[in-house]
Amino acid sequence: MTLMKSFLGSAAALALSAGAALADPALIYDLGGKFDKSFNEAAFNGAERWAEETGGSYRDIELQSEAQREQALRRFAENGFNPIITTGFSMSTPISNVAGDYPDTKFVTIDGFVDPEEFPNVKSILFAEHQGSYLVGMMAAMASETGTVSFVGGMDIPLIRTFACGYAQGAKAVNSDIEVIANMTGTTPAAWNDPVKGSELTQAQISQGSDVVFAAAGGTGIGVLQTAADEGILSIGVDSNQNYLHPGQVLTSMLKRVDVAVYDAMTAGEDLETGVSTLTLEDNGVGYALDENNEELVSEEMKTAVDQAREEIIAGNTEVHDYREDDSCPVLDF
Amino acid sequence: MDFATLLQVLDSTVRLATPLLLACLAGLFSERSGVIDIGLEGKMLIAAFFSAAIAALTGSVWLGLLSGIVSAMLLSGLHGLASITFRGNQLISGVALNFLAAGLTVLIAQDWFSQGGRTPSLLEGGRWAALTLPLAETLRPVPILGPIYYELISGHSILVYVAFLCVPATWWILFRTRFGLRLRAVGEAPEAVDTAGVSVVALRYAAIAICGLLCGLAGSYLATGLQAGFVKDMTAGRGYIALAALIFAKWRPWYALWACLLFGLLQAVALRYQNIDLGGFTIPVQFMDALPYILTVVILAGFVGRAIPPRAGGQPYVKER
Repeated sequence: MTLMKSFLGSAAALALSAGAALADPALIYDLGGKFDKSFNEAAFNGAERWAEETGGSYRDIELQSEAQREQALRRFAENGFNPIITTGFSMSTPISNVAGDYPDTKFVTIDGFVDPEEFPNVKSILFAEHQGSYLVGMMAAMASETGTVSFVGGMDIPLIRTFACGYAQGAKAVNSDIEVIANMTGTTPAAWNDPVKGSELTQAQISQGSDVVFAAAGGTGIGVLQTAADEGILSIGVDSNQNYLHPGQVLTSMLKRVDVAVYDAMTAGEDLETGVSTLTLEDNGVGYALDENNEELVSEEMKTAVDQAREEIIAGNTEVHDYREDDSCPVLDF
Repeated sequence: MDFATLLQVLDSTVRLATPLLLACLAGLFSERSGVIDIGLEGKMLIAAFFSAAIAALTGSVWLGLLSGIVSAMLLSGLHGLASITFRGNQLISGVALNFLAAGLTVLIAQDWFSQGGRTPSLLEGGRWAALTLPLAETLRPVPILGPIYYELISGHSILVYVAFLCVPATWWILFRTRFGLRLRAVGEAPEAVDTAGVSVVALRYAAIAICGLLCGLAGSYLATGLQAGFVKDMTAGRGYIALAALIFAKWRPWYALWACLLFGLLQAVALRYQNIDLGGFTIPVQFMDALPYILTVVILAGFVGRAIPPRAGGQPYVKER
């Protein structure tokens, strides 16, 4: 027993010191899980790309409950990982609780926001989701034949409303008479993993005339895309490129380059520049997906219009309203 | 609300109520025999996983169903072992099974398919096809009744019809057979059953075996009927709503049908209308989602009739020596 103990102890010490010496980065996935085919999987892909290109190694953990957030942060910080990258808006508060205790460790929150004045060792990475959603909203309106398009959100939070609001604005920009139906799956984290409810919402929207549905709902979106494919309408994926899930039936995917954010943070390593940064269309932080699975669905006319709108937004000629600015949307009621 | 919308909402109600109904009847068998089963959620989840996984591997939805049922019955057996044979706490055993199922499904899925705890999307043969009942097309033009038959009654997968047939079957088994009488007796006064020379343990195991079977059907319907594959935690609390429905129904099969349809209707209305506007006064969608639980609390508190559980529920039976 004692022998075993000392073996384990030395192994642990070795692991600890190895971690400390190299200062590997660490990655914490949100409750949706590492392989959600969407947001967290994008983070995983970015980390894998970094590991492959640099030959470096990183640690990651999938959170199983709210209580683990702070615990995971402290564990990684204690073990000398740097930087510690987290995904999901819910990490803002745990990072605020922990960051002060580990001033030499850099924390990154993707989608969350931590005051840089108070915690100089935290980097908040935000995305201009409304801009990307605007573009796919335009595509939806151009692809729609019924004059009704719809949106299925996951948990009802301002971030998801930002998606919905950008989408509605894009659709209305193409066709001011278009009807946009927006539904949320629920108000608890279970709403990220309820494909059955996603299916029912989609069917309800189809019966109200929708023929293009945009899912920003994590695992729930799998059910939305499935039902859309079964019922023969078009769908739009989110975060990662989801076009391949149902080739020829997913119009496009609104990309949120979480992978790029993770990759950049890992590349910068300990020299990571902290503060708040927002990745926009201009930085290619958001965009839409075009590949061999959806090339037949996206007409030349559609592509031209969307690329032109992209230029206009970057140039500042087109203003897309961000729901988070004033908690309201000019074209959509929630 | 026009007639077509009403039909769509009712159609959605049937789909949403079916897994609840199967799980509720499963709980009914178990609790009527005196074994409280909080593990309905876990059993549905593991059945959903195995039915989707085996259907994905073999391409046969029937083999999927079979393995779903077997897995749920195994979990039931574990519950029985802990709470009947070893006389452990039934609540704790049930909660443990829920955790076991939540972890096990994702672990096995990751090992088999490497898709992060999901199964691949099922193709045609791996899913329950919608059945078109005889004459559905012919009768469709008939006003009112035609659309009701075509939209609402026809066009569901076979498990929906099985679930609804389970209601009279359960009633008949519980209230018209010798087995049912003994099953109910063992939940009320096991010592009396024992005195009559009937094995309490065997009866309770039989009840939880039926419970596993029904949970297997529910899980298979979720993963291979409503969806085309398994996603982690896809039961999303339906096992607990089924338990609420069971209390709401006061442990009776026909009431269970109405309770599940009511809860299904509430969900369908919430999904369809989100915020309901009643002339200036808006009912938020959250209230609709919470309504099943609120109703159950009202029933439990004794405002609308009393819900009296089986008397020996939750107590392991110890033979007097």
